[in-house]
Amino acid sequence: MTVTTLPVWSVVPLAAVVVCWAYAAATVDAALDPAPGRARLARPLVETSRLLRQPRRVTPAPDLLLWRIGIAGPFVAALLMAIVVPFGGHVVSGMAVGIVWFNAMDVVLWAFWWLAGWGPNSVYALVGGYRFLAQALAYELPLMFALTAPAVAASSLDMRDVVMAQGELWFAVEMPVAFVVFLISVVGFSSWGPLGHPAGVDVADGVLAEPSGLDRLLLLVGRYALLAVGSAMAAALFLGGAAGPWLPGWVWSIVKTLAVLVMLVGVRRRVPIVRADRLMALAWVVVLPLTLLQVLVVAVVELR
Amino acid sequence: MSLLLFAVVGLVAVASGIAVFVVDSMARATFALALSFVAVGVEILLLDLAYLGVITILMMVMEMAIMAVFMVMYMMNPAGLMPMSMMHNKRGALIISSAAFVVLAAGSLLVPWPSRSGSAPPDLTRAVGDAIMGSKMLVMIAVSAVLFATMVSAIVLATARGRYDS
Repeated sequence: MTVTTLPVWSVVPLAAVVVCWAYAAATVDAALDPAPGRARLARPLVETSRLLRQPRRVTPAPDLLLWRIGIAGPFVAALLMAIVVPFGGHVVSGMAVGIVWFNAMDVVLWAFWWLAGWGPNSVYALVGGYRFLAQALAYELPLMFALTAPAVAASSLDMRDVVMAQGELWFAVEMPVAFVVFLISVVGFSSWGPLGHPAGVDVADGVLAEPSGLDRLLLLVGRYALLAVGSAMAAALFLGGAAGPWLPGWVWSIVKTLAVLVMLVGVRRRVPIVRADRLMALAWVVVLPLTLLQVLVVAVVELR
Repeated sequence: MSLLLFAVVGLVAVASGIAVFVVDSMARATFALALSFVAVGVEILLLDLAYLGVITILMMVMEMAIMAVFMVMYMMNPAGLMPMSMMHNKRGALIISSAAFVVLAAGSLLVPWPSRSGSAPPDLTRAVGDAIMGSKMLVMIAVSAVLFATMVSAIVLATARGRYDS
C-alpha cells in the first residue's frame, strides 16, 4: 500500500474535508444521544444556524486577544494535524517527521485550551483551563510512547512508511496497548467524554461556559474536528490506512475512520468523567509502564 | 524567497521577545515568549533540520503552558489588572542585553565563515547529532533513561498523597 503526496494547493480541499468530518462527528453524537427527541440527525444543522444568529455575549474585562486565540486554536490545530494524516492512499505533506509533527500539534493544544479558559475572565472557564493542563500532564507521556511504538516498528517517523509497514499485520494487532492509549489520548486532547473534565458539567461546562454565537460554533467545530482527525490518524497508524480487499482505498479509509470515530463519540455518554488527579495516578502508575513495555516488545521484535 | 521568510520569522522572534517585557499581563508575557520560541523552531525548520525544529516547537509550547501556571501563581499582578513592570535593574539590564545582542550580531556578520567543502550530508539531523555527541551517544542514551526514571520516581515520592486524599 503506497501513499502518494498531494500538491500544496490541496490544503484548501483538505480544510473542507476536515469540516465535513467534524459535521459527521456532530451528527454521530446527535444520533447516539440516548435522550428522546425528534429530528436528531438535523440537530447539528439546527445548532449551527442557531449559533450563527446568536449575538455574542461578553464578560466583564476579558482578554479578548488571548480568548480569540484559544477559541480558534482547536480547529487550527486539527487542520495542522490533518496535513500529515494519510487518507485514501494520499497525504498532503510527505514530511519526514510526520509523527513528531502530529505530536507537536497536540501539545500546542495545551496552550489553546488553557487560553480558551483564561480569556473570558470567568471563574468556571478558568477552572476548566487549569483542569486541561492537569489532564494533559497525565495523558501526554503515554501518548508520546504510544506514537513511538509504530515509529519503531516502521523504523521511520514518516507516516507514509508507517502505513506501508503494515502490509502483513495491522499495528493494532501487533501493539494493542499503544492503540488503546492513542485512542484514549485523542479523547483527552479533544476534552471529550471520560476525559471531558475541563468542560465538565460540575463547573458549568468549564472552557465551554462563556463562548457564545460564532465563538462557540468555532470551538465546537474544533473539538469535533480534533476527534475526527484523531480517528483518521488512528486508522493510518494502527489499522493499515487505506489497505483492504476488493474496495478502493478511499472507501477503506472512510470505513475505518468512521468506525473509530463512532466509538470515540459514543464513549461520551457511556463512561463517567475521570477527575484529572485520579487520571494522573492511573496514567503514571499503570498506563505509562505498560506503554514502555509495549515499546520494549516492539523494539525487540523489530531487532529480531 | 527562503531568505526573506527566514528574516521575517527572525523579526517575529525578536519582536515577540520584546513584547514579553512590554505587556502587563502574565498570560500575555508567557505566550509572547512561547511565540518567540515557536519562531525560533520555524527558523530551525528552514535550516532543513525538520526533527529538531518540530521538537523545539513541541517542547517550548509545553514548557510555556506549564510556566503560565507558575507565572500566574507567583507574580503579584497575575492578570494585569494593576500596572506592573517586568523589568528590574532597568538601565543595567538594557545595557547588558543590548551589548550582548550587538556582540553576537556583529560576530555572525564579521566572522570569516569557512566555505563549504564537499556537499551537505543527506540527513542533516544525524550529522548534527554526530557532531555534537559523537562517541558519547550511547552514554547519553543510557543517561536519558536514568534521568527519566529519576523524574518519574521523584514525582511519585513527592505526591504520595495528593491534596484530595485524606
